[in-house]
Amino acid sequence: MISLDGISKRFGTFDALRNIDLEVRDDEFLALLGPSGSGKTTLLRIIAGLAFPDAGRVSFNGEDVTDLKVADRKVGFVFQHYALFRHMSVADNVGFGLSVRPRRQRPRKPEIRARARDLLELVQLGGLEDRYPAQLSGGQRQRVALARALAVEPQLLLLDEPFGALDAKVRKELRRWLRQLHEQMKLTSIFVTHDQEEALELADRVVVMNDGAIEQIGPPEDIYMAPRSSFVSGFVGDTNSLPVTVADGVPRFHDRPIAVDAAGVAEGSARLDFRPHDIALDGDQAGSLPMIVTGAYRTGGNWRVEGTVSGLSRVIEIDLATDRPPPEPGQRLALRITRGRLFPDEKARP
Amino acid sequence: MTASVYRKSGGARWLVAVALTFMVLFLVLPLATVFAEALARGFEAYGATLTHPDAIAAIKLTLTVAAISVPLNVVFGIAAAWAIAKFDFPGKSLLVTFIDLPFSVSPVVAGLVYVLLFGMQGWLGPWLREHDIQIIFAVPGIVLATIFVTFPFVARELIPLMAEQGRDDEEAALSLGASGFQTFLRVTLPNIRWGLFYGVLLCNARAMGEFGAVSVVSGHLRGLTNTMPLHVEILYNEYNFVAAFAVASLLALLALLTLVLKSILEWRFGYHHGSAGH
Repeated sequence: MISLDGISKRFGTFDALRNIDLEVRDDEFLALLGPSGSGKTTLLRIIAGLAFPDAGRVSFNGEDVTDLKVADRKVGFVFQHYALFRHMSVADNVGFGLSVRPRRQRPRKPEIRARARDLLELVQLGGLEDRYPAQLSGGQRQRVALARALAVEPQLLLLDEPFGALDAKVRKELRRWLRQLHEQMKLTSIFVTHDQEEALELADRVVVMNDGAIEQIGPPEDIYMAPRSSFVSGFVGDTNSLPVTVADGVPRFHDRPIAVDAAGVAEGSARLDFRPHDIALDGDQAGSLPMIVTGAYRTGGNWRVEGTVSGLSRVIEIDLATDRPPPEPGQRLALRITRGRLFPDEKARP
Repeated sequence: MTASVYRKSGGARWLVAVALTFMVLFLVLPLATVFAEALARGFEAYGATLTHPDAIAAIKLTLTVAAISVPLNVVFGIAAAWAIAKFDFPGKSLLVTFIDLPFSVSPVVAGLVYVLLFGMQGWLGPWLREHDIQIIFAVPGIVLATIFVTFPFVARELIPLMAEQGRDDEEAALSLGASGFQTFLRVTLPNIRWGLFYGVLLCNARAMGEFGAVSVVSGHLRGLTNTMPLHVEILYNEYNFVAAFAVASLLALLALLTLVLKSILEWRFGYHHGSAGH
């Protein structure tokens, strides 16, 4: 188990990480999700030992490793841009970690090569031992980087934006493959991503980060269905956000009451978030939200309909079933919010 | 597309003609003259002047100076470039400025600084005399002056290269358990080898050809502290043109060899040098 206690890091006057506490369970696949500048990569580098915190403690299985260098932590690190050694063959890249061991622990050359070949089989690159990194595609390079990291039999695998530099199709394939590989190997793994889809698809648990702090930790389903802050609901999945005022247990958008349960929400200004699919069209009823359609397009099995609501500068997005034609621009729809969440107002979101 | 635009323009043709004329007048012609003058009295006279003890001493001294100063500047250059390209520290821009100092200061001034420091009347003169160490008008002074003048070549070649390559490769090696030295030897050095070779080439050419700074600290003792460029000057001042040009032709050959190696490097390995174009 990996524990982080009170990790803080500053770069000059910028607080990259603020008092981070986190526990990573054994064999877990954990995603650090957040926008750029949220501190997720810095956190990953601190876990690896490539960066060191200004305050706080990192421990692996109860052992304090805060001051241990990366070489002594037994971690495998996969870099966003692969960082393959361009002057070495694929086999030499994979075998590098074994070949730099002290003489007594170093396997013999044929052994290193055999191990490299096995690992390349594992990442489905058998037969490419003698190629050079420049002769491989992006997806292949990423797999070589992964094989290289696994060669040293790490107790923890860390991946920094592992699919960031790949095109969409390769990314999707590699994602599924990595998920399978993780299930097969049962190796505690942490990966950094800014892509919420990636985090939701791959991870056992997702850590959502913002502005150097953790917003929420939980399984993908919880993160999506029960976001704990307006930031999380806005960052993970598509969300519409209405500024409302709660009075007498009723949220109001510009004096128009909205039929969403506000039990337990403090009186005063708040934010009402709802997903594009959490609406119904029930005709004009009390508590509905009038929307003027501005356009519609197909997203998979739905119509994604965009529109405006008077008094709101942002566009509202809703999903409608494709069993009937999409609404025409200019058409007026009455939205009933079937599932909305109220959050205390945050100044950050307009 | 741009090429065809230029080909059609008469102005471009003029520019090319002017450039070619200048090149022939100021580069090719003098180089040809060097060899023509050196061989004016035949190969025998050419050979005889080059095997004269003073000439041999000058060649040996030049090779010695280069053999000391180039490796030292390789070490300094890699260390400086490493520090500047891969780390942030206070005073970094000051260090970059200092590395460029030898380019911006006249070599004669550099030589004079050493005389001022290590000469008989210099700051360290009395101490050196007490300990019977001679630097000025001796080989150590020549080496020091050469190191100063050739300092920027390796560092300036490597800084942009190392900065562009970033720290990922080194961090990857470290994360795989390599020591700092293993990382340098097996990852950093191979990544910079062509740039390093290029820097060494330029550094060596300058080390062997340096005149100004060396002239000030050498004392021109024939057979003792005369490098090849200094020897050329002495012979020339003595109206011994054949000998002067014969030694000069060796320096010219060195220049040609450097150019050939540099071109091979650029063609064969597609290496484009950074900013040390001096």
